[in-house]
Amino acid sequence: MKTLVWVEHDGASVKDATLSTVTAAAKLGEVHLLVAGQGVGAVAEAAAKIAGVGKVHVADDAAYAHALAENVAPLVAKLMETHDAFLVPATTNGKNIAPRVAALLDVMQISDILSVESEDTFTRPIYAGNAIATVQTKDAKKVISVRGTAFEKAATEGGTGTIEAVASTGDAGVSTYVGSEIAKSERPELTSAKIIVSGGRALGSSEQFHAVIDPLADKLGAGVGASRAAVDAGYAPNDYQVGQTGKIVAPEVYVAVGISGAIQHLAGMKDSKTIIAINKDEDAPIFQVADLGLVGDLFKIVPELTEKL
Amino acid sequence: MRVLVPVKRVLDYNVKPRVKADGTGVDLANVKMSMNPFDEIAVEEAIRLKEKAGVTEIVVVSIGEQKAQETLRTALAMGADRAILIVSEDKVEPLGVAKLLAKIVEEEKPDLVILGKQAIDDDNNQTGQMLAGLLGRGQATFASKVELSPGTVVVTREVDGGAETESLPLPAIITVDLRLNEPRYASLPNIMKAKSKPLAQKTPADYGVDVSPRLTTLKVVEPPKRSAGIKVADVDELVAKLKAMGVAK
Ligand SMILES: Cc1cc2nc3c(=O)[nH]c(=O)nc-3n(C[C@H](O)[C@H](O)[C@H](O)COP(=O)(O)OP(=O)(O)OC[C@H]3O[C@@H](n4cnc5c(N)ncnc54)[C@H](O)[C@@H]3O)c2cc1C
Ligand SMILES: Nc1ncnc2c1ncn2[C@@H]1O[C@H](COP(=O)(O)O)[C@@H](O)[C@H]1O
Repeated sequence: MKTLVWVEHDGASVKDATLSTVTAAAKLGEVHLLVAGQGVGAVAEAAAKIAGVGKVHVADDAAYAHALAENVAPLVAKLMETHDAFLVPATTNGKNIAPRVAALLDVMQISDILSVESEDTFTRPIYAGNAIATVQTKDAKKVISVRGTAFEKAATEGGTGTIEAVASTGDAGVSTYVGSEIAKSERPELTSAKIIVSGGRALGSSEQFHAVIDPLADKLGAGVGASRAAVDAGYAPNDYQVGQTGKIVAPEVYVAVGISGAIQHLAGMKDSKTIIAINKDEDAPIFQVADLGLVGDLFKIVPELTEKL
Repeated sequence: MRVLVPVKRVLDYNVKPRVKADGTGVDLANVKMSMNPFDEIAVEEAIRLKEKAGVTEIVVVSIGEQKAQETLRTALAMGADRAILIVSEDKVEPLGVAKLLAKIVEEEKPDLVILGKQAIDDDNNQTGQMLAGLLGRGQATFASKVELSPGTVVVTREVDGGAETESLPLPAIITVDLRLNEPRYASLPNIMKAKSKPLAQKTPADYGVDVSPRLTTLKVVEPPKRSAGIKVADVDELVAKLKAMGVAK
């Protein structure tokens, strides 16, 4: 089987989520990559070095500059004439593009796979991860999004892929990129951080969120996450949200501060290796999944912890 | 201007899903079912656009069993004008739903279709993007802000790392994220009024769409259980444990 993996990048380097997707694709067959964007020579070079990669298709055109699904999907559909499976990381961009490709190919997408059981059979979480379904597809061509935390990352060195330019399918003319506000942070990205400190509604305000959570995260070199309640209340930006409908994370250590542990939150972090919970309510559901729990007032505990580390 | 809002009936988000002992799925017998929370946000957005941005009619549609009528009535009580139920006692996958919606779009010619970003039962996150692909129209997924003007919609989207803004010519497809708005509750008089709003019943065959599933669910199991660990007495004990784990020096 020939697979095509959509490479997520920032114009300069390949994003980590792509590497787990390559691992999933390799379980199905030969791995080809698609690097679409504008001025993506360096990305293509980096992509060709990913271990196990065969061909790297490069579509360099202004139409692909912002990964607009309306423009990328026809390009992928064209390439799928000679590939059997299309895989994306289950990031916001991947989730935006893949179903549009599936519709163009008239196939049913398999979202967020956790494992490849065979050429046509996969496991995936449903109901916020409260159930795991094994699904088999009848479609000849496969469109799949891959949960990054479920697959090891392919090595970024050692590959000897060949780079091949592909013709642009142009601008579909049904959407225009206006702008973006991407927060720059010195902290590790949530989906690749080894340690994450997350804050919940209990933090009470944006000021307190930063005053309490940030120093602990700095001390641990950790990424910062949040519950939906904290994001909705404006204590933390939306891309901090961990959960069923936010980011899925599985760090070595996840510290939940003032988070109750609703199923939608657990869905995003319960595969963390070690979970530490700080909550004043000893019956909070978060303690049912925590390896280490400390009951008490976070405004006392967290500063003391930061100080003593 | 007309807006179409597809709404799905799902297990209420407050109910803990239970996997059936025979491994065929999640038990939906005698449990509370509700409108998919993202679809409530989509209905609310349509109503707000009607209140201030020149939308004249809101049509809600659901594909599912007869009981999905309740979900449609809820949307009508919130403020939608009429409803279409496409009855299917078997589960219809996002590809089939998108194909049916494409047919309705041909008939109803809405300027906007507003969907939820994800149905919280199967967590697919596909239907809106598929519909846009089938129709060859613009798609703004994960919307946190929608600004409608004649001929154009400008949408701010929640993306990894922050927010992104796109402009789409109408007609266009939008899927909504959590922060777009806070859905209203239907008032009692509106619930009463909703009972007499039109609700048309159709079947997939009426639209000539083949909705036979492409995926077969071989089994459904519970995820591995995580067992609760220990409670530490104080910060000193926590620090000691963290040091023993190598997390702190
Ligand atoms: C469709 C849908 C999707 C959702 N998706 C997500 C998602 O992706 N991610 C997500 O997180 N949620 C999601 N939710 C929301 C989820 O259901 C919960 O509402 C949310 O996770 C609660 O956040 P919280 O734990 O911060 O707040 P709360 O549940 O209010 O918990 C606050 C906790 O802080 C503790 N506390 C209070 N004061 C102190 C103190 N001084 N010291 C120590 N502890 C204290 C309390 O005991 C309590 O346990 C979703 C909901 C829906 C309907
Ligand atoms: N059976 C259905 N009936 C009506 N709308 C649906 C149905 N399934 C999905 N949708 C719409 O598509 C959105 C995304 O669903 P999904 O792609 O299944 O995650 C939902 O939030 C609904 O707006």
